[in-house]
Parts: sequence; C-alpha cells; structure tokens
Amino acid sequence: MAGWTIHQGRAVHLGLDNIDTDQLIPARFMSTPRAEGYGQFLLHDLRSDPEFPLNRHRDVSILVAGRNFGTGSSREAAVYALFDAGFRAVIAPSFGDIFAANAVNNGLLPARVSDDAQAELAAFLAAEPAEITIDLNTRTIALDDRTFPFDVDESWRTKLINGWDDIDLTRQHADKIAAFAACRAFSEPWVFPTASD
Amino acid sequence: MSPKTLYDKIWDAHVAHEAEDGTCLLYIDRHLVHEVTSPQAFEGLRMTGRKVRAPEKTIAVPDHNVPTTAGREDPSNMTEDSAIQVAALDKNAKDFGIHYYPVSDIRQGIVHIVGPEQGWTLPGMTVVCGDSHTATHGAFGALAHGIGTSEVEHVLATQTLIQKKSKNMKVEVTGKLRPGVTAKDITLSVIGATGTAGGTGYVIEYCGEAIRDLSMEGRMTVCNMAIEGGARAGLIAPDEKTFEYCMGRPHAPKGAQWEAAMEWWKTLYSDDDAEWDKVITLKGEDIAPVVTWGTSPEDVLPITANVPAAEDFEGGKVGAAQRSLEYMGLTPGTPLAEVEIDTVFIGSCTNGRIEDLRAAAAILKGKKKKEGLRAMVVPGSGLVRAQAEEEGLADIFIEAGFEWRLAGCSMCLAMNPDQLAPGERCAATSNRNFEGRQGRGGRTHLMSPAMAAAAALTGRLTDVRKLS
Repeated sequence: MAGWTIHQGRAVHLGLDNIDTDQLIPARFMSTPRAEGYGQFLLHDLRSDPEFPLNRHRDVSILVAGRNFGTGSSREAAVYALFDAGFRAVIAPSFGDIFAANAVNNGLLPARVSDDAQAELAAFLAAEPAEITIDLNTRTIALDDRTFPFDVDESWRTKLINGWDDIDLTRQHADKIAAFAACRAFSEPWVFPTASD
Repeated sequence: MSPKTLYDKIWDAHVAHEAEDGTCLLYIDRHLVHEVTSPQAFEGLRMTGRKVRAPEKTIAVPDHNVPTTAGREDPSNMTEDSAIQVAALDKNAKDFGIHYYPVSDIRQGIVHIVGPEQGWTLPGMTVVCGDSHTATHGAFGALAHGIGTSEVEHVLATQTLIQKKSKNMKVEVTGKLRPGVTAKDITLSVIGATGTAGGTGYVIEYCGEAIRDLSMEGRMTVCNMAIEGGARAGLIAPDEKTFEYCMGRPHAPKGAQWEAAMEWWKTLYSDDDAEWDKVITLKGEDIAPVVTWGTSPEDVLPITANVPAAEDFEGGKVGAAQRSLEYMGLTPGTPLAEVEIDTVFIGSCTNGRIEDLRAAAAILKGKKKKEGLRAMVVPGSGLVRAQAEEEGLADIFIEAGFEWRLAGCSMCLAMNPDQLAPGERCAATSNRNFEGRQGRGGRTHLMSPAMAAAAALTGRLTDVRKLS
C-alpha cells in the first residue's frame, strides 16, 4: 500500500445519511475477482438513476457524505469499490467502525468532521464538485480560502502517511506474541488445542 | 484492584503488546473463516510466503454463497464466481491445514452457528471472523469482533488483531418479557432506542433479568445484532446456562481442564462498581412484538402501530424516512398489521437455531401458509436441521407449505440463489433491512421467528399474540 500525505482532488457531495455497505456494494458482486476492478460496482443500485451525483461527475476522488457512512457489514469490498473508482478520502461526521478500519487498511482516509463543517462543505459542493486539498500532516481540508479540521485516529494517520504493512509491523513483536501465547497455553490449555483435536 | 467491566477483563487478558499510543495487539483465540471474505487474505499469505500462524485455532466453513437446495455439492448449481470461492476455501483449508466443514459435512452451516455448536466458542475467549455478525459469540462472554479482509490476513499471519480499546456501554433489560415477546424483539427494540450509530465506538454488555432469563440461543440472537446498533461487539456474562451449553461440546474442555476453565469463567462478570461510559435501560414488560417498517434496523415499531409519516421525524431522518417509505412502498397511517407480504424467510445467524425453529413450528403446527405465498425455513446448520427433523419440526414446516432447506446464509444477503425479486415483500428473521439486502428492489421487514410464522399464515404482518 502506497502512503500519502497530501491529496488534491475534486470532491463530490452525496447528501444521504447511513449509506450502508449493502448500498456501497450489493453482495451479489462480492464473488467477483478483485483483478476485474470493483469501481464498476460502487453504489451500483443507486446509480441506476442517471441524475445520481456519481453518474454526473466521474473525475472525482473525494466523497463528502452524511452521518454513519459505511454502517453495516464487514465487507472490505465496500472499500475496494470506492478505491477502485478512484476515491482516496471520504469526509463524513461519523463512520461505521469496521468500515473505517477497512478503509485505512486500503489507503482510503475516513475523515471525521463536525456536523457544521459537513454542512458547509455540502453547501459548497451542492451545485458542482470542487477541488479540495486534504493534508494528513495538519489534519485539514482546504477549499478555496477556507480550511476545516478533521479527525482521524493518530495511529491510522501515521499508517496512511507511511503506507505501512501491518503484518510486517506486528511481526516485529513475534517473540513477545509467542511468549504471551506460551504463558496462556500453560494457564488456559483449553484455548490452545493441538492440531489433532 | 480497580473495578472492571466484563469487557475490561477479557481485553486485559488478551493484550500481547501495547504501543505507546494505546494501540494493542490483541491475541486471538478463535478465528472463524468463510468463503467470501477470505480468498484475498489467503492469497496475500501465498504471495508473501507466510503460513497460518495457528491453524489449530482457525476454523473454516462455506456459508454465504452456497445454495440451500439439494445437489449443491455440484458446482454447476452455483454461479461461476461463487463456485470459485467455495473451491478456493476447500483448497485453502487443505493447503494451510485449518479445520474445515465442507457442504458435504453434516456439521456445515452458518459460521456463527457452527462455532458455538462445535464448542469452538467458549467464555472469556477472543473470537474474530470476516463477518460483522461475529458479535453473536458474545453471548458466551467471549469478545467477538467482525473484521475486514485485511484484518483476516493479519490474524491468519500473526494470530493477533490490531485494536484500540472501545468504550464500555451497558444495556440493561429489566423485569420479565410479556407473552409473545422474544430475544429478537429485545434486540430490535434496543436498536430502535439507540439508533444504528448509538453503539459506535463501544462494546455493549447486555444484562438484566430479561437477558438472564433468555436461553443461550436467545442470547446469541441479542448479541448478533449488536453491530446493527453500531457496536463492534456485544457481550453477556456467562452463567450456569452458558456452562451447561458448552459442556460436552466436541471442542470444549473436559475433565481437569473443564474444572480449570470454570474457575476463570466464573470470574467473567462486570464488577458491581465498574464504570460505564454509556448506560441504556429498557423495561422488559414495555417491549412488544416488533417489526421494522423502513430500510434501517432502527426503524422499529410494535406490530400494533401504524406506518409512520416522514414528518414524524426530525433533522436528517425526515428525508431518510421519506426515502424509506418510497422504497418500501408504504403509505403513512396504514396499520402495520395490514401490510401484505409475499415471502417468508426463517433462518440466518440471527434466528436459525433450534429454538427459533421450535418457536416458528409452534405457531404453524397443523396449519397451512397463505396460498400463493413463498415460505422457506433454512436451518442454521446441518445439525440444527437434523435435530429439527428428529423433533418433528420439519414435518410441521413441510405440511404448512414451507420449503425445508439445507443450511446456509440463504436469503439473508442475496449472494446465493435465494433472493427477492424487485418489489417483493418479505417477513424475515434475518438482521438487515437495507435497500437491496435480500435482492435488488426487495422489501424486508425484520421480526422474530414466531412473528414470521404468523405472517406466513395470514399473508400479512401479524401480531402473533392474536393468533393464539
């Protein structure tokens, strides 16, 4: 996964709360190999309306959405769909927990903003998408001469900037994990079955 | 020692490493795997030459996209992509040496039903699965998280999950439930009260007399839908019912190990003076049999209510309600009990256990479903199916005109042949009523198994209390 610090791109507003994972990608597409690209499935059933914002504006990479974005299932495919469609950030007042973790694991920023900031951004973007700059260093969103702060967990911010592979990082603690497991295998042997159990 | 919640205790017992910023490596005791969210994770292991760190703690079963009709061992009865995913799970299970229950095994079923049934899920454990309804296992006093595919790969490779600790939320349901009210009505009513984001950032512990009175099956139903309230995990403190359920299961401890386990399990409760970040209290006697009317699990009303109007809501919910009503094809003011349905689905990880089938069969016994209605019962596992056949429940369903299916996720999520057609309206015992969840354009009303059975008899949403 490639890291990034500043992303500049056109932002589109989607004025709905509770965009759930089943809308982000209906389950019937989830058996498709990733190599085929998941961008075509993003918000598939909502896009049957030609006036849907994502149909009118194709060259966008930032989504400004309503509350509780990504609520629902653990399907990482919801993030694949956004990423493969070219999105690098979603700006919303709140996110589904599992969705947000999945987003960060794919280099997609879930940027939490206040309701007021969301409303202002929405007003700016109501008619047309506009160019926005997101800076992970300063945790700010810049639009024209305005800036809005956003929140993202500190460890997630670091990970997005560095593009780290979690598994590599965790394996640095392999000895500690092994010692922890050995200790518990002694005190809680029923948790540690042998392969033949 | 400072007082702790149940969540605190399980968390503390599993932190293998804590970074300075509080991010922890949580040791994972059981990793459940299914065919849809795992192929990329195994592929990642292959590409990096990594092994499964603890194959003896990793259990795989196909459930999401397998058909639930006879002949399903034949891949030509699946879409090509689904067949590829099931074949990949077969291969990955063999190559990496993990436990596996293929469709030809009577123990196959929905991963969240198989785990407890086989004794993989035990009190005090950490359990993860690439599925948000992993919360189900919290019914045993296990900390159970749904995770994404990147995290599945991380757990496969390291047997740990990177987590920051969540906040503690207590949901207390006091007193006794009234007749006709079930675990499903509790869990839907809680979501109706908190909203779908009310639990975001929290782990919920469900407690109170009405929760204690539930069977293990009922407790699993309650915890299953913690995620619909936004919480990544739900918990119930283990007690004698939990221990009795676990005892003798194939992978539960035996003899001296059982005794040692019991010593630890009996400490798994929230201390009296533990601190909570959020507390919600519901009175058991206030809970009615409920149904959902909209396209969010928080759109919950008693069956005696009328379809609401968008103006009944405030803020952003006005537009959402308007959109829901249009999608659902409902007119405000219509009594919910007059809404006609054309499909009944009994099953899923929420309500596909033996107690759920008993509750539905008790309503259907000696009766016939409404003519023209499509009705199916999908047991949660091959073993639930076998038990239901032994108890005569299958005969009741078949005589009532239901299809008696094989185990799987089926019509809960529209990624196998069981789907709603556009505009079809379903009384469902599953967990999500999102737009298109059961099939593009399909309309879902969530409810308990008894309520779904009642709806099958009348052809409309029905107050089960009026049937008896």
